[in-house]
Amino acid sequence: MGIAVEGARKRFGDFQALDDVSIDVPDGSLTALLGPSGSGKSTLLRAIAGLERLDAGQVVINGQDATATPAQKREVGFVFQHYAAFKHMTVFGNVGFGLKIRKWSKAQISERVHELLRLVQLDGLAERYPDQLSGGQRQRMALARALAVQPQVLLLDEPFGALDAKVRKDLRTWLRRLHDETGVTTIFVTHDQEEAMDVAEQLVVMNQGRVEQSGSADDLYDHPANEFVMSFVGEVNQLGDHFVRPHDIQVTHDPDDRAVEALVQRIVALGFEIRVELVVADGTEVWAQLTRAELQKLELREGQIVYLRPDRIKSFSGDMSLSDGLGASTPRDLPDDDDAEVTAAA
Amino acid sequence: MTAKWGLRSLAFGYLGLLLIAPVGMIFYKTFEHGIGPPLDAMTSPDALHAIWLTLLMVAVAVPLNTVFGVGCALLLVRHRWKGNAIIDAVINLPFAISPIVIGLSLFLLYGDQGWFGPTLAEWGIEVLFSVPGMILASIFVSLPFVVRETVPVLQEIGTEQEQAASTLGANAWQTFWRITLPAIRWGVAYGVVLTVARVLGEFGAVTIVSGSISGQTQTLPLFVAKSFEQFNEQAAYAGAIVLALLALTTLLLMSVGGRKAHATKEGS
Repeated sequence: MGIAVEGARKRFGDFQALDDVSIDVPDGSLTALLGPSGSGKSTLLRAIAGLERLDAGQVVINGQDATATPAQKREVGFVFQHYAAFKHMTVFGNVGFGLKIRKWSKAQISERVHELLRLVQLDGLAERYPDQLSGGQRQRMALARALAVQPQVLLLDEPFGALDAKVRKDLRTWLRRLHDETGVTTIFVTHDQEEAMDVAEQLVVMNQGRVEQSGSADDLYDHPANEFVMSFVGEVNQLGDHFVRPHDIQVTHDPDDRAVEALVQRIVALGFEIRVELVVADGTEVWAQLTRAELQKLELREGQIVYLRPDRIKSFSGDMSLSDGLGASTPRDLPDDDDAEVTAAA
Repeated sequence: MTAKWGLRSLAFGYLGLLLIAPVGMIFYKTFEHGIGPPLDAMTSPDALHAIWLTLLMVAVAVPLNTVFGVGCALLLVRHRWKGNAIIDAVINLPFAISPIVIGLSLFLLYGDQGWFGPTLAEWGIEVLFSVPGMILASIFVSLPFVVRETVPVLQEIGTEQEQAASTLGANAWQTFWRITLPAIRWGVAYGVVLTVARVLGEFGAVTIVSGSISGQTQTLPLFVAKSFEQFNEQAAYAGAIVLALLALTTLLLMSVGGRKAHATKEGS
C-alpha cells in the first residue's frame, strides 16, 4: 500500500529529468522529496499525479498500477506552488469543484465544503474570490479543494515556495497537524532542507534525476550516503578527502598529533551561535560552530593560531564527486565515527 | 503642465479632425430634415433586405469564426508542434491581403472556370452572385480576429488551472467549459466584437463575389455605395447611420455585459 515508483525515466529534449528513479512511500506517511532545482523532484511528483507521462517505469498507488491511468482518474489531490486557483470562482466554487464534477447534490456539496473550510480555517470566506485572499489563504483553499474529493494520496509541489518566511513556518506546522488529522498519504516537494526535516517523517534526497538517499531526517544527517547528501542536508566542511559538520569541529589551544593547525580569520556572532572562520595550513577554509560560552572559555581572537580536532569525520570512498549518482559505494566511516552502518538509498 | 495640455489638445484635435468630424457630418446630414426622410429611406424593400442580409452575414460568419478561432488558439498554444508556425502564418493572410484580392481569389475558385465552381454548379449550388459566396467572403476577411485575441490570453493563464481541474476529476470537455473558457472569455469577447465590426463593414471582397444586385445580394455597405453612386444621398447617409448604430450596439452590449459580470463579482 502507499505509493511505489519503479524505475521511472523521463526525458525532456536532451535533459534527463528522471533517470531510473524508484521510491517507496508507506501508507499514511508524510514524505518529502528534497533536492536542488532541476533534480527531478517535481517531475517525479507530477508523474505520480499523472500530469507527466513517464518514458519508462511504473507508478503504483495503493496496490493498483496507475501508470496508464490519466490524472483525471487517479484520485490524487494535487497542490501547486502558485495555487492554481480558479480565479473566476469563489472559494466555495473552488473547493466544491471536484464534488460538482462528481455530481454530488447541492446540499451534500455545501456540507462538505463548509466542513473543509473549517478544517483549513477559512470559514467565513466562502463567498470571496481568490484575488481577495492572501497567499497563505489561497494555498489553504487549494489544499481544501484537493482534500474535498477524499483523494487516495495528497501531492504538494513546493506548496510554501511562494509565501513569505513567517507564513511558511505557520503553514508547515499546520500541514503537519492536518496530516495527523486526515492520515492521507502525503508527498511534498521542497528544496528547503529545514522545511523537509521539520515536516516530513521520511525524506527522499534527489539530485540530477536520481535518488541519492532516502530515510528519516536523522538517518540522512548522521549517516549520509555520499558527499551530496551530506552537503545538501546540513552544513559541511571539507578537509582533504574528509567531510565534517561545523559543530563537530572542536577548537582547542593544545596541539596534539591528531589536531590540525589553523588561523582564526573571523568570528561572527549570530545570536546564540558563533561562527568561527578559519584557514588551515594548506589554505583550505573551514568554519566551526561554537556556543557563546565555548567562545568565552577559549578566549578566541581573530588572528590567533588554534588547533582543530574534527570529530565524526566522514569520507566517501572512491573518487565520488558531487555529480556522481548514487550506488557507487557505501560510505566508509572513519574510526572516529561511532557507528559505521549507513543506509544506502534505494 | 503646459506640455500636458498641449499634448491633450493635439490628441483631441487629431481625433476630432480625422474621426469625429466626418462621422458627425454624416449624423448631421442624415437628420438635417428630421427623422422622416432617413426613416423612409431605410424602410424601402431594398434597404430592409440589405439590413437583413448584413445581419445574416454576422449570424453565420461570427459563430463559425468564434468556434474556429477558439479551437485554433487552443491548438496553437496548448499543442506545440512544428506545423504551428505554418498555421500561425496562414491565419494572418486575411490581414495581409487586400479584400479585393480575397474577392478575386474566391471568384477564380468558384467561377465557371474555377476548381470548385463547375462541380458545385452540377449539384445546383450557386456560390457566386448569391449568399453562400458572400458568407465565404465574410468568413475569410474576419477569420483572424478571435484567434489573435485569444492566443495571448491563453498563454497568460497558463496550464495549471487546467491541470488542477484534471486532478479533481474533470475530463477535457468539462475542463474546457468550466475552467478554460471562463478564464479566456474577455479575449474571446473582444475578438467577437472585432469580428462583428469587420463583417458588418466588409465591402471589397463582398462586392466582387456578390455582384451587388439590389434586393438580392446587397449588404448594407453595398447598399450605401450604390445609393451614393446613384445620387440618392439620403439613403446613403441613412444606411451609413444604421451601420454605425449596429457596430455601436455590439460594443455597448459587450461593455455592459462586462460591467455586469464585474459588478456581480465585486458585489459578492
